[in-house]
Amino acid sequence: MDGLAIPLNHVLIVALLLFITGLAGLMFRRNVIFMLMALEVMLNSAGLAFVAAGTAWQQADGQVIFMLILAVAAAEVSVGLGLVLQIQRRFRTLDMDQAKRLNS
Amino acid sequence: MELILFYIASTVAVLATVFALTRSNAAHALIYLIVSLLAVAVIFFLLGAPFAAALEVVIYAGAIMVLFVFVIMMLNLGQEGDARERQRMHPAVWIGPSILSAVLLIEMLLVIAKLDGLHSGALIGPKQVGLKLFGPYVLAVEIASMLLLAGLVGAYHVGRRFRVTEPSEQPPKNGGVS
Repeated sequence: MDGLAIPLNHVLIVALLLFITGLAGLMFRRNVIFMLMALEVMLNSAGLAFVAAGTAWQQADGQVIFMLILAVAAAEVSVGLGLVLQIQRRFRTLDMDQAKRLNS
Repeated sequence: MELILFYIASTVAVLATVFALTRSNAAHALIYLIVSLLAVAVIFFLLGAPFAAALEVVIYAGAIMVLFVFVIMMLNLGQEGDARERQRMHPAVWIGPSILSAVLLIEMLLVIAKLDGLHSGALIGPKQVGLKLFGPYVLAVEIASMLLLAGLVGAYHVGRRFRVTEPSEQPPKNGGVS
Protein backbone atom coordinates (compact mmCIF):
# COMPACT_ATOMS: atom_id res chain seq x y z
CA MET A 1 0.00 0.00 0.00
CA ASP A 2 3.00 2.27 -0.39
CA GLY A 3 2.44 5.51 -2.21
CA LEU A 4 -1.31 5.15 -2.37
CA ALA A 5 -2.52 8.74 -2.41
CA ILE A 6 -6.17 7.79 -2.02
CA PRO A 7 -6.86 5.86 1.18
CA LEU A 8 -8.51 2.51 0.56
CA ASN A 9 -11.01 3.19 3.34
CA HIS A 10 -12.41 6.21 1.56
CA VAL A 11 -12.89 4.35 -1.71
CA LEU A 12 -14.63 1.57 0.14
CA ILE A 13 -16.87 4.11 1.87
CA VAL A 14 -17.85 5.54 -1.51
CA ALA A 15 -18.56 2.03 -2.79
CA LEU A 16 -20.65 1.40 0.32
CA LEU A 17 -22.64 4.60 -0.23
CA LEU A 18 -23.30 3.66 -3.85
CA PHE A 19 -24.36 0.17 -2.80
CA ILE A 20 -26.71 1.50 -0.13
CA THR A 21 -28.23 3.91 -2.62
CA GLY A 22 -28.78 1.10 -5.09
CA LEU A 23 -30.25 -1.16 -2.43
CA ALA A 24 -32.63 1.55 -1.22
CA GLY A 25 -33.65 2.25 -4.80
CA LEU A 26 -34.26 -1.45 -5.38
CA MET A 27 -36.43 -1.67 -2.29
CA PHE A 28 -38.39 1.54 -2.62
CA ARG A 29 -38.99 1.84 -6.35
CA ARG A 30 -41.69 -0.30 -7.90
CA ASN A 31 -40.95 0.50 -11.54
CA VAL A 32 -39.12 -2.37 -13.22
CA ILE A 33 -36.77 -0.12 -15.15
CA PHE A 34 -35.73 1.70 -11.98
CA MET A 35 -35.20 -1.59 -10.21
CA LEU A 36 -32.87 -2.70 -13.00
CA MET A 37 -31.02 0.62 -12.76
CA ALA A 38 -30.60 0.07 -9.02
CA LEU A 39 -29.18 -3.38 -9.73
CA GLU A 40 -26.71 -1.80 -12.12
CA VAL A 41 -25.66 0.69 -9.46
CA MET A 42 -25.10 -2.12 -6.96
CA LEU A 43 -23.01 -4.16 -9.41
CA ASN A 44 -21.05 -1.05 -10.25
CA SER A 45 -20.26 -0.35 -6.61
CA ALA A 46 -19.08 -3.93 -6.18
CA GLY A 47 -16.79 -3.42 -9.17
CA LEU A 48 -15.49 -0.21 -7.61
CA ALA A 49 -14.63 -2.08 -4.42
CA PHE A 50 -12.82 -4.77 -6.43
CA VAL A 51 -10.78 -2.29 -8.43
CA ALA A 52 -9.89 -0.31 -5.31
CA ALA A 53 -8.72 -3.41 -3.48
CA GLY A 54 -6.76 -4.58 -6.49
CA THR A 55 -5.03 -1.22 -6.69
CA ALA A 56 -4.30 -1.18 -2.98
CA TRP A 57 -2.39 -4.45 -3.27
CA GLN A 58 -1.02 -3.52 -6.69
CA GLN A 59 -2.42 -6.60 -8.34
CA ALA A 60 -4.35 -6.81 -11.59
CA ASP A 61 -6.84 -9.29 -10.14
CA GLY A 62 -9.27 -6.58 -9.14
CA GLN A 63 -9.63 -5.37 -12.70
CA VAL A 64 -10.04 -8.95 -13.96
CA ILE A 65 -12.91 -9.48 -11.54
CA PHE A 66 -14.32 -6.12 -12.63
CA MET A 67 -14.42 -7.37 -16.21
CA LEU A 68 -16.26 -10.49 -15.08
CA ILE A 69 -18.73 -8.24 -13.24
CA LEU A 70 -19.18 -6.34 -16.51
CA ALA A 71 -20.07 -9.59 -18.28
CA VAL A 72 -22.52 -10.50 -15.52
CA ALA A 73 -24.11 -7.06 -15.68
CA ALA A 74 -24.47 -7.22 -19.46
CA ALA A 75 -26.10 -10.66 -19.34
CA GLU A 76 -28.35 -9.67 -16.47
CA VAL A 77 -29.53 -6.45 -18.03
CA SER A 78 -30.26 -8.02 -21.41
CA VAL A 79 -32.46 -10.72 -19.87
CA GLY A 80 -34.00 -8.19 -17.48
CA LEU A 81 -34.94 -5.78 -20.23
CA GLY A 82 -36.45 -8.65 -22.21
CA LEU A 83 -38.56 -9.36 -19.13
CA VAL A 84 -39.51 -5.67 -18.97
CA LEU A 85 -40.80 -5.85 -22.53
CA GLN A 86 -42.81 -8.99 -21.72
CA ILE A 87 -44.28 -7.43 -18.57
CA GLN A 88 -45.25 -4.30 -20.48
CA ARG A 89 -46.77 -6.42 -23.23
CA ARG A 90 -48.80 -8.59 -20.88
CA PHE A 91 -49.80 -6.34 -18.02
CA ARG A 92 -49.75 -2.95 -19.77
CA THR A 93 -47.87 -1.53 -16.81
CA LEU A 94 -44.35 -1.41 -15.42
CA ASP A 95 -45.44 -1.66 -11.80
CA MET A 96 -43.93 -4.74 -10.22
CA ASP A 97 -46.75 -5.05 -7.71
CA GLN A 98 -49.12 -5.60 -10.61
CA ALA A 99 -46.96 -8.42 -11.93
CA LYS A 100 -46.69 -10.46 -8.79
CA ARG A 101 -48.59 -13.43 -10.18
CA LEU A 102 -46.07 -15.57 -11.97
CA ASN A 103 -48.63 -17.60 -13.92
CA SER A 104 -51.12 -15.12 -15.24
CA MET B 1 -4.17 16.61 -5.77
CA GLU B 2 -5.45 13.13 -6.50
CA LEU B 3 -7.26 13.17 -3.19
CA ILE B 4 -9.21 16.34 -3.96
CA LEU B 5 -10.12 15.09 -7.42
CA PHE B 6 -11.19 11.79 -5.90
CA TYR B 7 -13.46 13.48 -3.37
CA ILE B 8 -15.06 15.64 -6.07
CA ALA B 9 -15.60 12.64 -8.34
CA SER B 10 -17.09 10.53 -5.56
CA THR B 11 -19.41 13.36 -4.55
CA VAL B 12 -20.56 13.61 -8.16
CA ALA B 13 -21.03 9.84 -8.29
CA VAL B 14 -23.12 9.63 -5.14
CA LEU B 15 -25.19 12.72 -6.01
CA ALA B 16 -25.87 11.52 -9.53
CA THR B 17 -26.87 8.09 -8.25
CA VAL B 18 -29.26 9.55 -5.70
CA PHE B 19 -30.77 11.81 -8.34
CA ALA B 20 -31.02 8.91 -10.79
CA LEU B 21 -32.96 6.73 -8.41
CA THR B 22 -35.32 9.47 -7.26
CA ARG B 23 -36.49 10.73 -10.67
CA SER B 24 -39.97 9.93 -11.85
CA ASN B 25 -39.12 9.98 -15.54
CA ALA B 26 -37.03 7.03 -16.65
CA ALA B 27 -35.19 8.95 -19.39
CA HIS B 28 -34.08 11.67 -16.97
CA ALA B 29 -32.95 9.04 -14.50
CA LEU B 30 -30.94 7.39 -17.24
CA ILE B 31 -29.00 10.60 -17.91
CA TYR B 32 -28.13 10.88 -14.22
CA LEU B 33 -27.13 7.23 -14.16
CA ILE B 34 -24.76 7.77 -17.08
CA VAL B 35 -23.19 10.70 -15.22
CA SER B 36 -22.76 8.47 -12.19
CA LEU B 37 -21.02 5.81 -14.28
CA LEU B 38 -18.72 8.43 -15.79
CA ALA B 39 -17.84 9.64 -12.30
CA VAL B 40 -16.99 6.11 -11.25
CA ALA B 41 -14.82 5.86 -14.36
CA VAL B 42 -12.94 8.98 -13.21
CA ILE B 43 -12.45 7.32 -9.82
CA PHE B 44 -11.03 4.23 -11.56
CA PHE B 45 -8.64 6.42 -13.50
CA LEU B 46 -7.50 8.21 -10.36
CA LEU B 47 -6.99 4.85 -8.68
CA GLY B 48 -4.52 3.88 -11.39
CA ALA B 49 -6.76 1.53 -13.34
CA PRO B 50 -7.12 3.15 -16.78
CA PHE B 51 -8.27 -0.06 -18.46
CA ALA B 52 -11.15 -0.46 -16.03
CA ALA B 53 -12.02 3.20 -16.55
CA ALA B 54 -12.15 2.75 -20.33
CA LEU B 55 -14.27 -0.38 -19.97
CA GLU B 56 -16.60 1.45 -17.62
CA VAL B 57 -17.18 4.19 -20.18
CA VAL B 58 -17.39 1.94 -23.23
CA ILE B 59 -19.42 -0.97 -21.89
CA TYR B 60 -21.35 0.40 -18.92
CA ALA B 61 -22.06 3.98 -19.97
CA GLY B 62 -22.09 2.99 -23.63
CA ALA B 63 -23.48 -0.43 -24.38
CA ILE B 64 -25.59 -1.24 -21.33
CA MET B 65 -27.14 2.20 -21.13
CA VAL B 66 -27.96 2.03 -24.84
CA LEU B 67 -30.02 -1.08 -24.02
CA PHE B 68 -31.93 0.94 -21.43
CA VAL B 69 -32.45 3.76 -23.92
CA PHE B 70 -33.80 1.33 -26.52
CA VAL B 71 -36.25 -0.21 -24.09
CA ILE B 72 -37.46 3.16 -22.81
CA MET B 73 -37.92 4.29 -26.40
CA MET B 74 -39.87 1.13 -27.21
CA LEU B 75 -42.10 1.62 -24.20
CA ASN B 76 -42.74 5.30 -24.84
CA LEU B 77 -43.86 4.86 -28.42
CA GLY B 78 -46.99 6.68 -29.44
CA GLN B 79 -49.25 9.02 -27.56
CA GLU B 80 -47.44 11.76 -25.64
CA GLY B 81 -44.12 11.47 -27.46
CA ASP B 82 -44.15 15.00 -28.83
CA ALA B 83 -45.07 16.67 -25.56
CA ARG B 84 -42.43 14.62 -23.81
CA GLU B 85 -39.83 15.64 -26.35
CA ARG B 86 -40.69 19.30 -25.97
CA GLN B 87 -40.50 18.98 -22.21
CA ARG B 88 -37.11 17.28 -22.55
CA MET B 89 -35.73 20.41 -24.18
CA HIS B 90 -36.59 22.41 -21.06
CA PRO B 91 -33.44 23.64 -19.28
CA ALA B 92 -34.60 22.36 -15.91
CA VAL B 93 -34.28 18.84 -17.26
CA TRP B 94 -30.73 18.86 -18.53
CA ILE B 95 -29.07 21.50 -16.35
CA GLY B 96 -28.38 19.12 -13.45
CA PRO B 97 -26.62 16.37 -15.43
CA SER B 98 -24.78 19.04 -17.43
CA ILE B 99 -23.32 20.64 -14.30
CA LEU B 100 -22.25 17.28 -12.91
CA SER B 101 -20.61 16.24 -16.19
CA ALA B 102 -18.95 19.64 -16.49
CA VAL B 103 -17.30 18.98 -13.13
CA LEU B 104 -16.04 15.67 -14.47
CA LEU B 105 -14.82 17.35 -17.67
CA ILE B 106 -12.83 19.90 -15.64
CA GLU B 107 -11.29 17.05 -13.68
CA MET B 108 -10.33 15.28 -16.89
CA LEU B 109 -8.70 18.45 -18.24
CA LEU B 110 -6.73 18.77 -15.01
CA VAL B 111 -5.57 15.18 -15.31
CA ILE B 112 -4.58 15.64 -18.95
CA ALA B 113 -2.68 18.83 -18.08
CA LYS B 114 -0.28 16.67 -16.11
CA LEU B 115 1.59 14.89 -18.86
CA ASP B 116 2.12 11.55 -17.16
CA GLY B 117 -1.37 11.56 -15.73
CA LEU B 118 -2.46 11.56 -12.14
CA HIS B 119 -2.88 8.29 -10.41
CA SER B 120 -2.69 6.85 -6.98
CA GLY B 121 0.08 4.39 -6.24
CA ALA B 122 1.15 1.94 -8.90
CA LEU B 123 -0.38 2.13 -12.34
CA ILE B 124 -1.89 -1.19 -13.40
CA GLY B 125 -2.11 -1.04 -17.16
CA PRO B 126 -3.97 -3.13 -19.72
CA LYS B 127 -0.94 -5.35 -20.28
CA GLN B 128 -0.89 -6.65 -16.73
CA VAL B 129 -4.64 -7.11 -16.77
CA GLY B 130 -4.46 -9.04 -20.02
CA LEU B 131 -1.67 -11.27 -18.74
CA LYS B 132 -3.72 -12.08 -15.66
CA LEU B 133 -6.92 -12.50 -17.62
CA PHE B 134 -5.59 -15.02 -20.12
CA GLY B 135 -3.19 -16.63 -17.68
CA PRO B 136 -4.55 -17.74 -14.32
CA TYR B 137 -8.07 -16.54 -15.03
CA VAL B 138 -8.65 -18.18 -18.41
CA LEU B 139 -11.26 -20.48 -16.90
CA ALA B 140 -13.18 -17.46 -15.68
CA VAL B 141 -13.10 -16.07 -19.22
CA GLU B 142 -14.66 -19.30 -20.47
CA ILE B 143 -17.32 -19.10 -17.77
CA ALA B 144 -18.03 -15.50 -18.72
CA SER B 145 -18.40 -16.47 -22.38
CA MET B 146 -20.84 -19.23 -21.45
CA LEU B 147 -22.73 -16.76 -19.27
CA LEU B 148 -22.97 -14.29 -22.14
CA LEU B 149 -24.18 -17.03 -24.47
CA ALA B 150 -26.83 -18.00 -21.93
CA GLY B 151 -27.79 -14.34 -21.62
CA LEU B 152 -28.09 -14.05 -25.39
CA VAL B 153 -30.31 -17.10 -25.70
CA GLY B 154 -32.35 -16.06 -22.70
CA ALA B 155 -32.87 -12.52 -23.96
CA TYR B 156 -33.92 -13.87 -27.35
CA HIS B 157 -36.35 -16.28 -25.79
CA VAL B 158 -37.83 -13.83 -23.29
CA GLY B 159 -37.95 -10.89 -25.65
CA ARG B 160 -39.69 -12.54 -28.58
CA ARG B 161 -43.31 -11.88 -29.27
CA PHE B 162 -45.53 -14.67 -28.05
CA ARG B 163 -48.58 -15.55 -30.09
CA VAL B 164 -51.54 -14.02 -28.33
CA THR B 165 -53.96 -16.53 -29.85
CA GLU B 166 -53.08 -19.11 -27.23
CA PRO B 167 -55.42 -18.85 -24.28
CA SER B 168 -52.63 -19.05 -21.75
CA GLU B 169 -50.85 -16.13 -23.35
CA GLN B 170 -53.76 -13.72 -23.15
CA PRO B 171 -52.89 -10.55 -21.23
CA PRO B 172 -55.23 -10.20 -18.27
CA LYS B 173 -57.68 -7.38 -18.68
CA ASN B 174 -57.57 -6.28 -15.06
CA GLY B 175 -53.82 -5.90 -14.87
CA GLY B 176 -53.24 -9.23 -13.18
CA VAL B 177 -54.86 -8.27 -9.91
CA SER B 178 -57.35 -10.81 -8.68
